[in-house]
Amino acid sequence: MSGFPWLTATVFLPLVGAVVLLAAAPLPRRRPEAGGVSGDAPWRWVALIVSIATFLVSLGILTEFRAEPGFQLVEDLDWVGPLNIRYALGVDGISLFMVLLTTFLMPLAILASWRVERQVPYFMASLLALETAMLGAFVALDLLLFFVFFEGLLFPMYLVIGIWGSGRRVYAAVKFFLFTMAGSALLLVAILFLAFRAESTLGQLTFDLRDLVGIDLPAATARWLFLAFFVAFAVKVPLFPLHTWLPDAHTEAPTAGSVILAGVLLKIGAYGLIRFNLALFPGASEDFRGLVTTLAVIGIVYGAVVALIQSDIKRLVAYSSVSHLGFVVMGIFAGTIQGMSGGVIQMVNHGLSTGALFLVVGMLYDRTHTRDLGRLGGLAGRTPVLAGFFLVVALSSLGLPGLNGFVGEFLILLGTFDASRLPAVIGATGVILSAIYLLWAYQRSMHGELPSELTSTPDLSVREYAFMVPIVVAIVAIGVFPKPLLDRIEPAADRHVRLIAVEPASADTVRATGGG
Amino acid sequence: MPIQPPDLVLTPILPDLILAGVAMLILLVDAVRPSRGSAMAVVAFVGILAAAAVVVRQWLVPAADELTVLGGMIAVDRFALFFRLVILGCAALGVLLGAHYLDRTGEGRGEYYALLMFATAGMTLLASAADLIVVFLALEVLSLSLYVLAGFSWRRLASQEASLKYFLLGAFSSAFFLYGIALAYGATGTTSLGGIAEALTGPGVSTALALAAGALLLVGFSFKIAAVPFHMWTPDVYQGAPSPVTGFMAAGTKVAGFAALIRVTTVALGPVSWELLPALVAVSAVTMVVGSVLAIAQDDVKRMLAYSSIAHAGFVLVGVAAGNQEGVTGSMFYLVSYAAMILGAFAVVIVVSRTGEGRTSLRDYRGLARRSPVLGALLALFLLSLAGIPPTAGFIAKVLVFGAAVRAGLEGLVVVAVLASVVAAFFYIRLIVLAYMEDEETAERVPAEPAPGVALGVTAAVTLVLGVLPGLLLEPLQGAGVLRW
Repeated sequence: MSGFPWLTATVFLPLVGAVVLLAAAPLPRRRPEAGGVSGDAPWRWVALIVSIATFLVSLGILTEFRAEPGFQLVEDLDWVGPLNIRYALGVDGISLFMVLLTTFLMPLAILASWRVERQVPYFMASLLALETAMLGAFVALDLLLFFVFFEGLLFPMYLVIGIWGSGRRVYAAVKFFLFTMAGSALLLVAILFLAFRAESTLGQLTFDLRDLVGIDLPAATARWLFLAFFVAFAVKVPLFPLHTWLPDAHTEAPTAGSVILAGVLLKIGAYGLIRFNLALFPGASEDFRGLVTTLAVIGIVYGAVVALIQSDIKRLVAYSSVSHLGFVVMGIFAGTIQGMSGGVIQMVNHGLSTGALFLVVGMLYDRTHTRDLGRLGGLAGRTPVLAGFFLVVALSSLGLPGLNGFVGEFLILLGTFDASRLPAVIGATGVILSAIYLLWAYQRSMHGELPSELTSTPDLSVREYAFMVPIVVAIVAIGVFPKPLLDRIEPAADRHVRLIAVEPASADTVRATGGG
Repeated sequence: MPIQPPDLVLTPILPDLILAGVAMLILLVDAVRPSRGSAMAVVAFVGILAAAAVVVRQWLVPAADELTVLGGMIAVDRFALFFRLVILGCAALGVLLGAHYLDRTGEGRGEYYALLMFATAGMTLLASAADLIVVFLALEVLSLSLYVLAGFSWRRLASQEASLKYFLLGAFSSAFFLYGIALAYGATGTTSLGGIAEALTGPGVSTALALAAGALLLVGFSFKIAAVPFHMWTPDVYQGAPSPVTGFMAAGTKVAGFAALIRVTTVALGPVSWELLPALVAVSAVTMVVGSVLAIAQDDVKRMLAYSSIAHAGFVLVGVAAGNQEGVTGSMFYLVSYAAMILGAFAVVIVVSRTGEGRTSLRDYRGLARRSPVLGALLALFLLSLAGIPPTAGFIAKVLVFGAAVRAGLEGLVVVAVLASVVAAFFYIRLIVLAYMEDEETAERVPAEPAPGVALGVTAAVTLVLGVLPGLLLEPLQGAGVLRW
């Protein structure tokens, strides 16, 4: 293992970029043509280059990573000595792909927001600061350090929605902020309580996850702590009935905001459930499995049904997220290796597919200035490439075999079915419903009669190719050959499943089913 | 009985003497040659620096094994020295902001600096008072100066009103405090904090009397730190007083008041702390909730910050109620952070107001971030820190006091505290919404000002550095949280 701090470099590179942008923003600069777009071009390029560099650095994590359980590339430094809060970072198979997903989506999101013209340096700085907070949350091993990143991502996201959003952006931003803040308030108390509780057992005060895992807690205490952690993450996921901030935030956020929100931010909730709820409170997780699974199944069906009746295409995609994240949570709590692996890989898939859907919706909006499906139609003839991308992405999202969505959904359903049949059966209807609403949305926007005002709609530009091609390549690649992902996810997933396993997990079944 | 005169070692109170001396010097010079006061600002600033230099030296070269000096009146421990430094920092910013403000309103007079120095002397004395009599004296010195300072813009009716209200209620609270001292003396036969503690652990002391004394002292302190239900004066006074005075008062008085409160509760009332705990917990909880909830209804920035300052008194009380070593250090950290962010916030208010007390309505902050990106960002930083969002000092401060309280078994209080923080986040965020997301009513930019610029830079640096590297302050605090008397 090399001594290079890959994780720190990945996490803080975007923040450096953000600081540079903020520092340079007030500087007087030459404007080639007054009020012209090109005056802001340097900001965009700096942000893009920083985000691509971050992605390249994060590939270093991938090359250093070994398919083993446990945390790797660990960096452990003293942060707040007197409380023994540590700057402890590390990745395992679960966080590895969350990190890569984040660094992969960010350049695409920045490319997609090339047309943002309001306060460009601040917009780009917010996105980059947000990236640091998200990456930090995925690799932090110290509970309080995690909390710092977890809370730290609130403000940049709030700015992105509230300043650069559309329509009722301020309402959506405040709702997002207060929901998440309220959810995480008790998380802080729970973290403190847990650490002080564990102090007597461990002999020292620590917030380090690695030390706190496996600590013996009275059942009642564990249940309360589980609930406090659970509410914080369930708001983020979001799990029914705590999801109401999501449609507003998604709908009003600018394209990049929606992509990041759906692609990465929601994953922090699901990731937290695995990393903290399951790992710290396995007993309580079993006790609450019924409740969580029920909420997840309700979310699957509810999200899908509500998505069916949306005429705003962005809202439709937002509700589809509620449905798909329900799948993820169901898989995580299934208590089987298939469910867990499927849940993790589905987190990646949802990030790609839904991120891509929001990109497509953004492109549609840029062209037509409407998100109303009733005012769209017949675009497949005018913009065949856009239509093609939309179709591929929609199929990926609804879980067509051969594309990435299938692998995750299949594993989740398999894993859940092994554990308990009813949720799997009800949850499966979500797959059918998602086919209906996504294909219907495709049909309503791309087929039928072309409204007269849309006759001169252009097809994709080079820039739009640049952000659509990588994501579609990733979608197809994971669909055809998910083994590299599964190989790395499995050991960590297995370790977490063992904590709450219904039956002894066997890694072979996963290979057989998911290996393609 | 022969009277033993105490050894007259004046070095421990040298900073206070310097401050008071400079104050009198300013008064004298100002009486002989009245000026606009800018020269006096420099004199005051130098005085503060000199006092700070003495304090730093005392920190680096600790006094001998003596616990108290001047006949047990003055404590010489790092706890006192630490708070003295913080108070001097607040005073320096008060001078800086005041010079700018008075220059703009044309109200510059030498008295401002003299009064400010007297108030500072009272505060630093309060931080090291080891006897209830000295606590009272220090409280009076600082209060009397602040009563006048609150009414410094006497042409403005609101300023006069603030002064009068502050004076009447403050005098009332002094009476409570004095009565508490009397009862404490009645119960224990001494006014020395260490002596009271000793007497309370010994036999033959009426616990009821001691508790009544403790309760009355608590009431007196609650007035000074603006804890509910003794907070009624705060919004009017904070709004009416000139903004630099408000900032200085909000930071300095609270810091000094808490320094004395912590010393009295942990040292003198330590033996009965268990009996006093419910009162502390109740005051803390009510203060956090009332401060946070009422702040929502405000449409004036200064009033909003007043309620915010009330809520923060409640948060610091969480650490005090914890009553353990972590609670004391946590409260100390909290007070530094709070002082930095509230002074910073008032510095923003002063810059936005431009001259005097204009433009303090929330409406005036619409589009501020677009008109002046740097000022908007600073405002956001202070508000986020006040709300306790990382990576700011306010967040670490909350973690420290909440952690101490959890360790002390006060989970219920911490739950109330985090819920109050969520409520509080609402109104901080509302101001950020106005500054960042609403369209401006005017396109006029807020000009950059050098003096408030320095104050903003210092407070922002403290707010951010303590949020990212809290160890810088926490390490030295480890020794300072141990109280000697």
